[in-house]
Amino acid sequence: MKIVVAIKQVPARDSQLRIAPSGQWIEDADLTYEINEPDAYALEEGLQLKEKHGGEVVALSAGPARAASTIREALAKGADRAIHIEEEDLGDPLAGARVMAAAVKAESPDLVLTGLQSDDLGYGQTGVILAELLGLPHATLIMHVEKQEGGIRVKRELEDGWFQHVEMPLPALLTIQSGISKLRYATLMGIKKAKTKEIKRLTAADLGVAAAASGIAIDRIYLPERTKRTQLFEGNPKEAAAKLVEKLRFEARIL
Amino acid sequence: MSILAVMEQRGGSWNRMSFETLAAAQQLARELGVTASAAVLGQGIEGLANELASKQLQKVYAVEHDLLKDYTPDAYTIAVRQLLALSKPLLVLFPHTYQVRDYLPKLATSLGRVAVSDVVAHRVDGGQVVLVRQLFQGKVNADVRLAGDAPHFASLQAGAYRADQVGEGTAPLEKFVPQIAAHELRTRPLEFFRESQRAVDLGAAELIVAVGRGIKEPENIALVQKLAEAMGAELAASRPICDAGWLPMERQVGSSGQTVAPKMYMAIGISGAIQHLVGMKGSRVVVAINKDPNAPIFEVADYGIVGDLFQVVPELTEAFRKAK
Repeated sequence: MKIVVAIKQVPARDSQLRIAPSGQWIEDADLTYEINEPDAYALEEGLQLKEKHGGEVVALSAGPARAASTIREALAKGADRAIHIEEEDLGDPLAGARVMAAAVKAESPDLVLTGLQSDDLGYGQTGVILAELLGLPHATLIMHVEKQEGGIRVKRELEDGWFQHVEMPLPALLTIQSGISKLRYATLMGIKKAKTKEIKRLTAADLGVAAAASGIAIDRIYLPERTKRTQLFEGNPKEAAAKLVEKLRFEARIL
Repeated sequence: MSILAVMEQRGGSWNRMSFETLAAAQQLARELGVTASAAVLGQGIEGLANELASKQLQKVYAVEHDLLKDYTPDAYTIAVRQLLALSKPLLVLFPHTYQVRDYLPKLATSLGRVAVSDVVAHRVDGGQVVLVRQLFQGKVNADVRLAGDAPHFASLQAGAYRADQVGEGTAPLEKFVPQIAAHELRTRPLEFFRESQRAVDLGAAELIVAVGRGIKEPENIALVQKLAEAMGAELAASRPICDAGWLPMERQVGSSGQTVAPKMYMAIGISGAIQHLVGMKGSRVVVAINKDPNAPIFEVADYGIVGDLFQVVPELTEAFRKAK
């Protein structure tokens, strides 16, 4: 099975975010970056499917030069090779997916995996858009993948503890839900091997993809205004804890 | 020109979020000076369509086909696209459900559009619609302007609009039978199921102490466990903790786990992504302990401590023990 896994590099989850003066993006000078968590699960699923059924895992990432560190990490975990579409800003999810679709098409994989959403923009759309652009059947929020005669059978997560099985032929695209399996760490051997693996670097222009209007524009970004009046307790932890317990006893009366 | 609300049903029962979408469509239509319509897709949906006909709408579309009985992204995309060609709406609104996440991006892409997903608010500015959506797990908002040709697409976050504000009235009902062929459906949906019975019923707990990503390592969970014991509270967690196997899935609170409404919900090291908030925001008193003062959890918290949980939690445990 030839599997392409789309991964994205995003600001680390516990980043303290500040808005850039342009009002268009966050201050990124002092941010640290990591793999988008759902994409880490997509990569893990790709690696496990390869271990079970043989084949190849190709990591695909669109992003600026710094994304190379996340790509190397994917190679160290076991991806066979990688494609880095080096672009500063791909704009909206359709524009980004158009560029990625061009790169995926050239690979003609059996299976394309993505995380279900990104921790930064959070549209939760790239995978499904890719499927449509590539003309592939798809399913989202996948918690299990099983190869069977003529295709795959997947377990799709629904709301409130419900699941559904869905069958489809290959090639196909799946967006993977976090928690599908346990993530592996890169081994020392893996890290060493990664240095010799191929990373193909491309741009949108190399792929022959031009920008197109999609009908939405970001006016500005900003920190949400707090509407709830939260009573905050400060000071040293002991005092803050004592104040909180007092409030819970005598004001909220829940003890 | 109108705003179209695409309602969601499964097996003849509404997804209640649909009525929040309906209320939003009516509100936007009023503000833009256009009309609102609604559509429901499925097979044998006459009763549901009739229910919609008692709302204040320009038109109700009953999109009926045997191949719409069980949801598939292919059939739903084909059906809605054909409905749009007929009804030519300005803006199409959906509830941001798991099903909508599965096919709306496909639908929008097939028309060269980007759907604005997970919208929490809107305003009308110079005749244009500006939608507010969240970035970075709810830590940042973005104003997204709809420009260019219709149709535009948006899905609305649970709780962003109020279902009880749907306006009543009478609306003409139009049955629409889309052209769908069985071979166009590439995925085959099978049975719905739930995993084994839940041993822990968090819904019955009066006090809940929930732990999130801020706990950093599995061995640190004991710290929060001790606090829960001192309070006589049930221990719960946000999704990443259960994904990592640090606590069993049955202790997960949120859109994919349990929905709880205890007397007190204490969130420790949980930033408060919407998937978590929908599972606990009905709690009577919410307490948040987090080192990030901008964490969205404080938006729903009545009481909070901004600080390092590794210092605060042991002090709290001690304070609760003394208070007993």
